[in-house]
Amino acid sequence: MAELLRVNNLVTQFKTESGLVKAVDGISYYIDEQEIIGLVGESGCGKSVSQLSVMQLISAPGEIAGGEVIFEGQNLLNYHANGPEMRSIRGAKIAMIFQEPMTSLNPVLTLGRQLTEMLQLHLKMNDDAARKRAVELMSMVGIPSAESRIDDYPHHFSGGMRQRIMIAMSLSCNPKIIIADEPTTSLDVTTQAQLMELMKDMVERFHTSLVIVTHNLGVVARYAQRIYIMYAGRIVESGTIKDIFGTPRHPYTIGLLKCIPRLDEEEGTKLVPINGLPPNLINMPSTCAFLPRCSYRLDKCSREPWPPMTAIDGNHYIRCYADTKEK
Amino acid sequence: MNSKSNDAILDIQDLKMYFPVTRGLLRRKVADVKAVDGVTFKLKQDETLGLVGESGCGKTTVGRCVLGLYKPTGGKIFFEDEDIATFSEKKLREIRSKMALIFQDPYSSLDPRQSAGSIVGEPLKIHHLVLSKGEYRDKVDQLFSIVGLDSSMTDRFPHEFSGGQRQRIGVARALACDPDLIVCDEPISALDVSIQAQIINLLEELQGSSKKLSYLFIAHDLSVVKHISDRVAVMYLGRIVEICSSKELYDNPLHPYTRALLSAIPIPDPFVEETRERIILKGEVPSPLNPPPGCSFHPRCFMAIPECSQALPPLRDIGDGHEVACIRV
Repeated sequence: MAELLRVNNLVTQFKTESGLVKAVDGISYYIDEQEIIGLVGESGCGKSVSQLSVMQLISAPGEIAGGEVIFEGQNLLNYHANGPEMRSIRGAKIAMIFQEPMTSLNPVLTLGRQLTEMLQLHLKMNDDAARKRAVELMSMVGIPSAESRIDDYPHHFSGGMRQRIMIAMSLSCNPKIIIADEPTTSLDVTTQAQLMELMKDMVERFHTSLVIVTHNLGVVARYAQRIYIMYAGRIVESGTIKDIFGTPRHPYTIGLLKCIPRLDEEEGTKLVPINGLPPNLINMPSTCAFLPRCSYRLDKCSREPWPPMTAIDGNHYIRCYADTKEK
Repeated sequence: MNSKSNDAILDIQDLKMYFPVTRGLLRRKVADVKAVDGVTFKLKQDETLGLVGESGCGKTTVGRCVLGLYKPTGGKIFFEDEDIATFSEKKLREIRSKMALIFQDPYSSLDPRQSAGSIVGEPLKIHHLVLSKGEYRDKVDQLFSIVGLDSSMTDRFPHEFSGGQRQRIGVARALACDPDLIVCDEPISALDVSIQAQIINLLEELQGSSKKLSYLFIAHDLSVVKHISDRVAVMYLGRIVEICSSKELYDNPLHPYTRALLSAIPIPDPFVEETRERIILKGEVPSPLNPPPGCSFHPRCFMAIPECSQALPPLRDIGDGHEVACIRV
């Protein structure tokens, strides 16, 4: 499949009173047409900020300080964040589903208003056509009797139903890419499964690419084709799901996989926690950010800056000096 | 019926907790929310029982009833062979030194204006467990080191700690009175993945070294519950639908809800994921205000037959302490 979006050396920083926070510190990734990729990391690793940067939704004191976002041959970062070019892409060609279904819908507007707004703005539909399409979209994402519920307000719906509406909204203009930022985190387990299956069906049906931003390794193992593991604003390992889960090579990835309980583990399995805490991102040193927590560290690690992403096998890349293969 | 048993530290029989729904100026009672409706289980000494289910299934309410924070509508709660459901507030206060609670959110469950040391030491004062200031300080320092915090941190305030450290303070507070039972209500769900394992291991180590500590571990994440628990009870709409050892739960789940819940949790391993059964349930959890007749799971169940809507299936033992409430298995 052809490449759809490529991000090169994206840097997003926040100027705070206590110093410069490089929330995203030079990440590069790509997504192909009709591909599902996962962006995995803990809170504060920059996974959400990187996606908001692609959409140019960063507001002060944050700023996109460098890099490029190539989409359909154009660098989106050349466009003004509120200019007509960016507005014609945001929501229409690249859509986003946010984490909090409770707060990402406007509580004082009916669902019909919120769904038709996109259709009228981007696709220039008239009132009747937009409403008809909105009803279609709602029933497509599994909202029963959509015709009568389109004039309801968000508070009439449960969290799972609201997230379905968000999915419907993101699909409304046939986007090329949907970015789902922790789409199911605040929902119940069985609802999570319903929605993930729904998203998978929808992106297949609409031939859309999907970026799943999550801290849940299970979700990406089930749904994604390729994964990027992020730590402290950088991507530390990337590869296909079989690379990452079968032969993880970065110490952080190895640590993550050992510290989460698995349903199919043997009885009496001990979890191996990663010692220490994720770093404070203010005024980071140029050495590897995972170094203080790493059990594979070499002398070289504390002298040299973070290594670049290095291919170890086909499409499997890591950012590490140590040879983690042995252990 | 002989209601007492010696090996069980906690013996809950037919526990019911209804919350009235009132309406109008006179606050007429118009309905009951049956948050917990007939829950029966036992918890042995040195055992961990996991209570798992989705939001609104009543798992937290069970925990709160056990601690005497709610007065149950019906049923018995035997804690160390005394029915604490009938206890007065005064008697409850005495027995509470033997039980403790670890809360979900380490950010809101610690008083921001109280130093960490005084948070941990407060139960010692309330229950008059220390005689002198020196003994109090020693005990607090000791609790700090048990949970892996440096005793020089006792004068710091909660905002100076990270989430994982705060939860350690919560654990130290729960341990202060040397309890026999700790109710853990979603103790790790607010923490980052790499920190969760630290707290899980801490809880396991504490139980291992005490030999008499029992946990009632309430959580929605089945993989965590299965990891830490000896036995697991799966709740749905105020009732236990299946209870068995945690090994049996994964190897041989019988209730269709348990099977759906298990299949909804992805295993972080694409090779295993390829071969797993996937059950996607229809609809959402119904309101406990108006539960469906018969088995409350039947409208979403992929195994339902007409009989399911007629009578409530009782929990029945199918061998080795594996109990399930379903007429189809």
